[in-house]
Amino acid sequence: MSSNSHSHDHHDENFIQKYIFSVDHKVIGIQYGITSLLFLLFGFSLMAIMRWQLAYPDTAVPIVGFLFGESGTLAPEQYNSLGAMHGTIMIFLGVVPLAVGAFGNYLVPLQIGAIDMAFPKLNAASYWSYFVGGVIMMSSFFMPEGAARSGWTSYPPLSIFENGQTVWLISMIFLITSSLLGSMNIIVTIVQLRAPGLTWMRLSIFVWAQFVTSFLLVLAFPPLEAAAILQLMDRVAGTSFFLPSGLVLSGEIVDVAGYGSPLLWQHLFWFLAHPEVYVLILPALGIVGEILANNTRKPIWGFKSVVYSMIFLGFCSFIVWAHHMFLTGMGQAMSAFFQTTTMIISIPSVVILTSYFLSLWGGSIRFNTPMLFALAFLPMFGIGGLTGLPLGLAASDIYLHDTYYVIGHFHYVVAPGTIFALFAGIYYWFPKITGKKMNEMLGKLHFWPSLLFMNGIFMPMFIQGLAGVSRRLADGGESYAHASGVLHLNEFMTTSAFLLGIAQIPFIINIIMSLFSGEKAGRNPWDATTVEWAAPSPPLPHVNFDSEIEVYHSSYEYSVPDAKKDFTPQTEK
Amino acid sequence: MEVPYIIKEREDTGLINSKLGIWIFLASEIMLFGGLFSAYIFLRLAAPPGDFARWASELSVPLATVNTLVLISSSVSMVMAWASLKLKDFPKYKMYMGITLLCSFIFLVIKYFEYTSKFSHHIYPSSSTFMAIYFTLTGLHGIHIIGGMIVMIYFWLPIGAKMWDSQPELFTNRVEVLGLYWHFVDLVWIFLFPVLYLL
Amino acid sequence: MSDDHSTESIQEHIRVYIMVFGALAVLTVVTVLASYLEVSTSEGIFLALIIASVKASLVAGYFMHLISEKNTIIWILVLTVVFFFIMLFLPLISYTDQVNI
Repeated sequence: MSSNSHSHDHHDENFIQKYIFSVDHKVIGIQYGITSLLFLLFGFSLMAIMRWQLAYPDTAVPIVGFLFGESGTLAPEQYNSLGAMHGTIMIFLGVVPLAVGAFGNYLVPLQIGAIDMAFPKLNAASYWSYFVGGVIMMSSFFMPEGAARSGWTSYPPLSIFENGQTVWLISMIFLITSSLLGSMNIIVTIVQLRAPGLTWMRLSIFVWAQFVTSFLLVLAFPPLEAAAILQLMDRVAGTSFFLPSGLVLSGEIVDVAGYGSPLLWQHLFWFLAHPEVYVLILPALGIVGEILANNTRKPIWGFKSVVYSMIFLGFCSFIVWAHHMFLTGMGQAMSAFFQTTTMIISIPSVVILTSYFLSLWGGSIRFNTPMLFALAFLPMFGIGGLTGLPLGLAASDIYLHDTYYVIGHFHYVVAPGTIFALFAGIYYWFPKITGKKMNEMLGKLHFWPSLLFMNGIFMPMFIQGLAGVSRRLADGGESYAHASGVLHLNEFMTTSAFLLGIAQIPFIINIIMSLFSGEKAGRNPWDATTVEWAAPSPPLPHVNFDSEIEVYHSSYEYSVPDAKKDFTPQTEK
Repeated sequence: MEVPYIIKEREDTGLINSKLGIWIFLASEIMLFGGLFSAYIFLRLAAPPGDFARWASELSVPLATVNTLVLISSSVSMVMAWASLKLKDFPKYKMYMGITLLCSFIFLVIKYFEYTSKFSHHIYPSSSTFMAIYFTLTGLHGIHIIGGMIVMIYFWLPIGAKMWDSQPELFTNRVEVLGLYWHFVDLVWIFLFPVLYLL
Repeated sequence: MSDDHSTESIQEHIRVYIMVFGALAVLTVVTVLASYLEVSTSEGIFLALIIASVKASLVAGYFMHLISEKNTIIWILVLTVVFFFIMLFLPLISYTDQVNI
């Protein structure tokens, strides 16, 4: 590759260099943002089709029913496909690229006063690797055998013999590569490119969260990459890494060498996938912290505790994974170990949530749209976290494992949890990114119904789960007697899901409208303290700032006694 | 304006960006190969006692020993290539980098003979879990060797080496970073060799 | 790296590289010879891994300059090695701790 010196004048960049293969972290961040939001929308629509089937099993799916065959209803394999792809797309193509690729890439250099990421070209490579992985994943829908249908967890032996898995695995390799390149970039950027005066404890909560998240991605993803290679070999090269001896498929013994272990996949998969869920929540916690401080006009209560908790959380996330495997015949010693670590990991989460709640006390709260989403995040994440506790204890997990209770738990954390935080972030930083303000009324029109319908979809899931309804059932539990008392909830949840979809329309309109005719935002419309607000709105191409950046204060100097204004920007002497 | 700390280290960390970057990348590689080693352990336990040792006896210890010495030599020549650049001796650099490339090539050739000899005896990855993990581990390692060679060729031929004329310090840093990657590839083999061939 | 390495110190380094090369070659032969020793499997594994670790430490310490590397890098590697061992041993322990169905 050529050297780092920019021998071309940036003003002479053509369209391709400026907008397609740009190395400017802001352009790349926006590319990640748009791509991931589209994937989120697509993943949502997959779920909407599934929910139709669950509520109205014998009725053809409206509008897109023709895609599923004559009757317009879903065959079980098709339902399973939608389920596996919904999970995969939401996590790997939607939330993580948005939280880390978009927010991380765009804001980290700005919040540390840098002109770009440490490795701008690598940054572009990470986006395009994600893009290619996304295209490959989408292409699986058009393969003759159809898309993957073994769950986002891809458990063998099913995943070795089911259709669509090979493309899924190849796509994952591209996505994991993208993630590794991106997270390595973020770590080096934060360590090396902080502006003068920006010591570690002066960093914003958002940057700390991205820092810990990136370590999780760097160290936890490779074992999944290893496992994906092994599964690919099992599918393509006839190996039996995950296939035990004597496996019977369709009445015949499978012709492989045997002596493999399905448990091996589970260990390697969950070694990543548990830290992965902390990857899903940490950036959200970072965003919420920023917005709470700004809209209470107070520093975060217990800032240092929050930082140390995030670090401890990150570390602990590597030693809890087998709580996803309590039902695999695990012995007592291991079960006790993982239950203990799982209980321990709830402590830093509680510390962070408590600090955030305490940060509200005595604040001058402004109820703008980002703040509404950030505030709603707190109890929603609380419900998500609390409902995780019975799952982390083996005795109760034996009953609840693989039921709708689990689906309710993790969706509460990710949907009205992380996604609400991401919405908050979009409303909060849109003025900086585009130079325009978003419309407050449309924002509230997006917020209130979303909050209502999120609960409408996911709260009943706990009831269904406690009644024993298993997850991943194409008929939604109809064939099980014990589910009969709670099946009526399916219609309620489906209606909520569709209304949730409609509630996103004001958001989409708001973005498009504000881009074209939004009110001009100015440099610091929220009167915020962190470094990104010292840049113009939008920041200058390639160099971001129009003045030298030096940091004099910690991140949340709000309502400092005897100060002239109720906030002191970090970059102001 | 350029991203700083590409040639000159940042004062408080004492690092240039690429040095930190490559080590983080190597950390991820430790976890990647670690995942496969973890699989090896698990599969060995899941196989009948002595099964792995029996299949391992199909492998050629002499060939692998030669390969180990070849790879170690390539590691030495790689670090000598970097040292030559620090001493501003470009011809020596070209010689040592050439030796590194040659050693890597020999390694791949020996591996080629190993693999084809297995295939000609109808021993494939699908033959047993040992062979499966053997081919996967050495195959992934081999892909890393090929990747390293591609970058080496780039820095050996004028297309990459011309940076020595315009930015000698940056070029030296680049070669050092490549060297770190290469030593890691050697490190992996240092563990692969006894685990797969001797245990 | 900046020019804080004088010609003499590089020459010193080169001497070290040659010595490490010699040690690595010897240890490789030792590894092979040790595999012919009549020891139990677990002793054999232990022995092989010890020798490999010594070789790896030489490569990491001297060829990769870890012996004089900055703290940031050392700490990242320590963290990585901790997780490496967790990943290596916990599935193993899980396997041996399994309930016999």
